[in-house]
Order: sequence, then structure tokens, then C-alpha cells
Amino acid sequence: MLGFFASALMFTNIFALLIVFLMQVPIVLIAKTIKRWLQSMRGVLIYGGFIFIMNMIFGTPLVQSIAFSIRFLGVVSAFSLFFMTTSADDLGLALEQIHAPYSIAFTFTTAVRLVPTMAIDAQTVVDAQRSRGLELDKGNFMKRIRNYVPILIPLIISAIRRSVELAEALESRAFGATEKRTSIVTLKMRGADYGVIIATLIGLGFAVYVYLHVPLPNPIIPFSLPRISWPSLQTTQLIKPRLI
Amino acid sequence: MISIQNATFHYPDGPDVLQGVNLELRDGEFVAIMGENGAGKTTLVKMFNGLLKPDKGTITVDGIDTGKKSVAQLSRDVGLIFQNPDNQLFAETVAQELAFSLRNFGFSEDVIERRVTSILNTLDLERYEKSSPFVLSGGERKRVALAAILVWDPKHVIMDEPTIGQDYLQKDRLRNFIMQLVSQGKTVVIVTHDIEFVAECKPRVVLLSHGKVIGDGPATTILTNSSLIQQASLVLPQIATLMQNLTDLGTPSEIIDAYAAKDFVVARMLEKVEARPRPLKS
Repeated sequence: MLGFFASALMFTNIFALLIVFLMQVPIVLIAKTIKRWLQSMRGVLIYGGFIFIMNMIFGTPLVQSIAFSIRFLGVVSAFSLFFMTTSADDLGLALEQIHAPYSIAFTFTTAVRLVPTMAIDAQTVVDAQRSRGLELDKGNFMKRIRNYVPILIPLIISAIRRSVELAEALESRAFGATEKRTSIVTLKMRGADYGVIIATLIGLGFAVYVYLHVPLPNPIIPFSLPRISWPSLQTTQLIKPRLI
Repeated sequence: MISIQNATFHYPDGPDVLQGVNLELRDGEFVAIMGENGAGKTTLVKMFNGLLKPDKGTITVDGIDTGKKSVAQLSRDVGLIFQNPDNQLFAETVAQELAFSLRNFGFSEDVIERRVTSILNTLDLERYEKSSPFVLSGGERKRVALAAILVWDPKHVIMDEPTIGQDYLQKDRLRNFIMQLVSQGKTVVIVTHDIEFVAECKPRVVLLSHGKVIGDGPATTILTNSSLIQQASLVLPQIATLMQNLTDLGTPSEIIDAYAAKDFVVARMLEKVEARPRPLKS
């Protein structure tokens, strides 16, 4: 994940970014998470489109705007793949084994674990409000934003309530009673883990080499929207002192 | 009328939750849909207002196919009250909470004001009109959630687990309120595991198990059928259990509430007293 993430941030060339994005596909296939990966990509396409539009509005050339959208998709894909293939428990254990404070490791894994639960809660809230006549897909842009207030407030309140109840339940079960905790499971590095680390380092090294030394083709499509020149605000123009 | 014809449904990547359900709920009926966890009860009632559409089969509400209407359009006639009121409360005051749905349906402000005042009085919530719904107790929030649906006077009222977390007094109030709604000609459907509550209300009972209807009839018939009740992973009402254990003494098997049981016992005692030979007068 780190390799793809760093490579996606490093490059601005459209071909390099496309390669970084497409190189994740074999990993998706090996991990057998193609359906969930496609669902997550479908979910972020709209944001990719938004990035494209905003770049075009601010005068970024067409190819570069597409490249930035692909970069966003590449970064999101890397993170999605990471969380799809790594269980929250293993993450927590790994954090503990590198001597991160247990409270931080636990907070992180609980947050990850509660995401699907909150997604179910969100759907329940949406169903409840739709049953009261709320139409989320009607109205202009501002109206649609305001339509989410009756969804967000119950969701936030339920999340806060859940966290308070969870904290009370944890304290009742002696969370934090001792500094040193025991664990039934210990993570051990296996051959495949070393293989992945070596492959990541080689891949990252190759990416850095290409970035620094290899001139990549840069397709130029002479199209961009006219630059919007924003009025410059000079303070002397804003404040006119009044003579008494 | 709500008509379900051969409805089949499964959640994405899940097994069939409903398998060919056929059911007709007539106007003004009071129906309890019961069954074990995962039987498909909530899934079924979510189809009445279009939140879920069946994979196969049709659901019609007053002759209209739910597949052809939006949730907002169907909700005008089908009010669905969710189990947890905290999933819908969001406004600053109870009055604003109740007005929310009326605004969604396009009512004018004077009608909104009248309806909100009326439902506050009906459900004994007038003193909370300007209160935040979040400072109310659990029972009061449940009443607010109920009011928030009834404020637009839907023809059919569906309640998902209305007795959860309610003490006996609240359940008694709820029972009386449901009877009031039925007497007003509304179709009332409750989804519940609370067999004692159903035994006291005596509605028509529809038993679901593994997505299929396994029993449909009056409460006195369904709630005394041990094999059906067992199939639906429920237990008989306590009075029914007592009566069935006393069948050797000639107790009828279709008694499910304490009042009917009391009437029977008193009648039998009086028979025995009258049958006793009278002592001769000296």
C-alpha cells in the first residue's frame, strides 16, 4: 500500500499514474476482492470527476486534470486494498508489537471495526427519514445538501452514544487496568512478508529512479478552459479611513 | 388493502430472506407479524412503503404497485414507525420534529400548525412542544416518534417492535392507542416478538419462519398451536401454557389471556358448587 501511495503522490505524469493504478489490479485479483474494490472505485468516481472539473475550471490543461483524477483514484485504491486485505485485529496486533501505546492501537482498530456498523446505522437513518417523506435526490444543489441534515444529526448522536456506551463497557471490563497486556496471538514475519517488503522497496526504488532519470512521454492536448483571474484584494482598497 | 403476491427478496450477497410470501391485509385490520430473528418480518414491512422492492412478485397498496411509486409517495398512505426512535430524531424542538414530515409532503404552514397541535394533544405531548427531543426519556421519545408518523394521518400504520424497552404502563397505553387507531378504520400492523402483548391485543397473527408464512389466523388459534409456535422459535403465552397443561381437567385449549381464563375457572367453580349435593334440613 505504501509503495502505491508514495508512487501515486510522486508522479504527475498521466502514464506513470495510470501504471501505478493498474498495477494494483493483479493484487486485487489475487486477494479475490474484485467486487468490493469495484464498489469502492464506483463510490469515489464522483470525487475524481469533481477533481477533474475543479482543475479544468482553474485552468489546468486537460491531460493534467485527468492525471490528477487518476492520482486520487490510485491513492484511494491503495488504501481500500489495504483495509480490504488486512483485518483490524492484525493491524492492532502489529501496532502493539511495535510498542505503540495500547490505547492508540485499540482506538484505531475499533474505529476501523465500527465503520461497517455505522454504515448500517446510516442506512437505517436514511430509511427512517425517507419514510417521513424526505427525498434526498430532489431539489437543487443547496437543497440536496440541506436534505442531509436530518441524516447526519441522528447519525452523529448515535455515534456519540455508542462511543460513551463502549467506553463504559470497556471500563467495566478493566480496560487500562494494567500497563502490560498478554496476547494469545503473536504476529511473526513469514517468507511471503519479507518478499512483499523487498518487492515494495524494489518497486519504490524503481519509481524514484524513473521519476528522477527517465523522461516520460507527456501527451499534449491543447485544451484548457480560460484562466479565471481572481480580483486581487489590496488592503488599501478595502478599508477607507473616515476623516472625523 | 395491502396485497403481497409471491414476494421473494434477498439482500446483496445473502440468502433469500423472503420466499414466495402471499398475504392480504384488509383495510381496518389489526395484524401482528411474528417470527424468529431473521424470519423476514422487518424486510416484509419495509416493502409496504417501498423502502425495499421485491426481487420477484408484487406488493400493492390500495391497488398501486409499490414498484411504480417512490418511498415519499407511498409513505403518504403507509406510515412506518421504526424500532429505535433515536434513528430519526434530529430537530431542535418536538414541534419542529413533528412538522418535518408535513413540510416534506407539502402541507401549508397553517395546516402544519393545526396538525402538530392536534397530535401533541392526542399523545399527551403538549408540555414537550418546545423541548428538545433529546432530553426526553426513552418512552417519551418513542411517543414523539409515533407522533411524527401519525401527524400526517396515514391510512396504514406499521410499527416495528413497538414494545421494546417499554414498561407495562407504556405497553398498556400503546395497546389502548392501537385499539383507538383500529376503531378509526386504520390498518395497523405490528412486528413483534412480544407474545404476551399480542395475546392481550388478540389481533390476526401472521407467523413467519425462514422467509415463509407458516401460520395465519386469529390469535386464539395461532398462539395456542404448539407446533407452529415452536417452528417460529416462539413460546406459548403463559396462560395458554397453563391451560394446555390442564387439558386433562377439561380446560379449553384456545384461551390465551388471563380474563378469559378467569371467566372459565369461575364458571367451572360455580358449576361444581351447584352440583354439590345440598345438606338435608333437620
